Amino acid sequence: MSLLEISDLTVDFDTEDGLVQAVRDISLTLDEGEILALCGESGCGKSVTAMSVPRLLPPGTTRLSGSVKLDGRELTTLPEPAMRQVRGKDVSVVFQEPMTSLNPSFTVGYQIAEVLRRHERLSRQAAGRRAVELLELVGIPAPQRRMKEYPHQLSGGMRQRVMIAIAVACSPRVLIADEPTTALDVTIQAGVLDVFRDLRDRLGTAIILITHDLGVVADIADRAVVMYAGRAVEQAPVTELFARPRHPYTLGLMNALPSAAVNGRLAEIPGMVPSPLSDPDECAFQARCPRAQADCRLSRPPLERHAPEHLAACFHPGGKS
Amino acid sequence: MILRIDNLVKHYGPVRAVDGLSLEIGQGEVLGLVGESGSGKSTVGKCVLRLTEPTSGGIELDGRDITHLSRRAMRPLRRDVHMVFQDPYSSLNPRFTIGQIVGEPLLRHKVADRRTVSERVSAMLEKVGLRQEMRSRFPHELSGGQRQRVGLARALILEPRLVVADEPVSALDVSVQASVLNLITDLQRDMGFSCLFITHDLSVVEFLADRVAVMYLGKIVESGPTAEIFAEPRHPYTQALLSAAPVADPVQQRERRRIVLGGDVPSPIDPPAGCRFHTRCPLAYDACRTEEPPLHDPRGGGHPAACHLVTADRVPDAAANR
Repeated sequence: MSLLEISDLTVDFDTEDGLVQAVRDISLTLDEGEILALCGESGCGKSVTAMSVPRLLPPGTTRLSGSVKLDGRELTTLPEPAMRQVRGKDVSVVFQEPMTSLNPSFTVGYQIAEVLRRHERLSRQAAGRRAVELLELVGIPAPQRRMKEYPHQLSGGMRQRVMIAIAVACSPRVLIADEPTTALDVTIQAGVLDVFRDLRDRLGTAIILITHDLGVVADIADRAVVMYAGRAVEQAPVTELFARPRHPYTLGLMNALPSAAVNGRLAEIPGMVPSPLSDPDECAFQARCPRAQADCRLSRPPLERHAPEHLAACFHPGGKS
Repeated sequence: MILRIDNLVKHYGPVRAVDGLSLEIGQGEVLGLVGESGSGKSTVGKCVLRLTEPTSGGIELDGRDITHLSRRAMRPLRRDVHMVFQDPYSSLNPRFTIGQIVGEPLLRHKVADRRTVSERVSAMLEKVGLRQEMRSRFPHELSGGQRQRVGLARALILEPRLVVADEPVSALDVSVQASVLNLITDLQRDMGFSCLFITHDLSVVEFLADRVAVMYLGKIVESGPTAEIFAEPRHPYTQALLSAAPVADPVQQRERRRIVLGGDVPSPIDPPAGCRFHTRCPLAYDACRTEEPPLHDPRGGGHPAACHLVTADRVPDAAANR
């Protein structure tokens, strides 16, 4: 049994324009000590999928169906008080923008210690000592001094490390990181990714990394799920995914990168993402797909196994080995 | 030379955003100005457009000194320099239609009457790949990629000599980014404008710039032809920057030598003495802490670097000293 098992997850939002299906029938698993990347472009549902685990969904959410099991325990139906215990203790989150997630009027040390006092019931002294250890763990120099500083006194990279320290304060089983390095400079990003790797290696934390950046996926993830229009279109171990992308959308994303230019031109993906308001029974990518044939418009391709651990939802997958 | 910047300084109060920067852009040339947040790269762009007043130094546009021109004297020159912004939404007036937005520069500069405006707007929309029916739409009805096409159409309708583009594709998804980058390449080739392309993204620069200048704390630390900068980066900071940007290939990425820089970027209020990079440089020695290295080119090739360790027969290797 995997640490985390998501099956047939569907999430709907009620919006002014109608019912939006943000996530459609997603199933995935996460093992202890594994780093799983959820990737795809804006609006593909990668954040909503991950945030369904701690049930941190926007207020307009009208339906959350399917199952999310952590260590065999169903989370979707858990009463809110019990869910509060799960959040922060078993499942915690690191957001993209560390400045808006930290409280500007409390010191860094106070904010870390508060989590420990609430969830772990530590005394003030014990929480303070543990907070220093956590700052050390995430690679913050002179942690004793940093404890007494306020968020605005820290750089973006240091703030993100503080956020990670808070997120791992109670040794969560699952850490969800939502574009954790997107707001950071590349020279700072490398260090923050090292912190995640280190947490996994030393504490065995399982990490769901939400990112649009295939470079980050290639750097740190063990496995990746590529999402398009609310569904998983491909899922594979990272080396396999990059070596033999099966779904034309995955391949399109890789070829659209500036580093993949051929003769001074980039491969474009023509057209636009379909409206999230409707969900016709066809492949959602067919209108933009170079491989599309008649059958792609007649029914939706299921996510099927093409190689051990390599799944793709395509009637005409490439990269056969 | 279309643009010549000589020893530009821009201080915002105590913040030394740009602190002595010189660069040139030739006719039809694309210069990629690269740097991380706080390096001062956007301030350079704003000074060129005179959206902010330089503290000192000189800016010449097409041989004419524009550093201290009055607003009024600057006005006719605004036909020749245009800007494309990062966020195509906040830079387009939400109450104007796309047709009005794109045609507005023609009317403001009185270079066309109503009827020819309409024709030129049509032609421009076609050039940037927008359908004619977009004319009557409003910015909020467009996708991010379409908005950035409108931003390009507006910037290019007067056929400027120089375009300053500040992170024009950074807010776009990769598939949309690809089509906008192809478009910029095509337009640049067809129309022949020069371009100051400001970005933090090295892969974008490698794709479309002819030359690259790398900034760190208000100064250029290295510049040269794009292929050379990427093949043989000379400054330890450039080396670190290139090594830190992950490549989308797990096998390669996991075997690469990475240069992890210690510490944070120092404050531009009080930049370090000597070489500004010495506080994070793995190769720094005594001279780096006291003497500021000049941007020199002892190895030739139009590829200067501001590092004491670059000599006629040696390029420093920031990855070696571990």
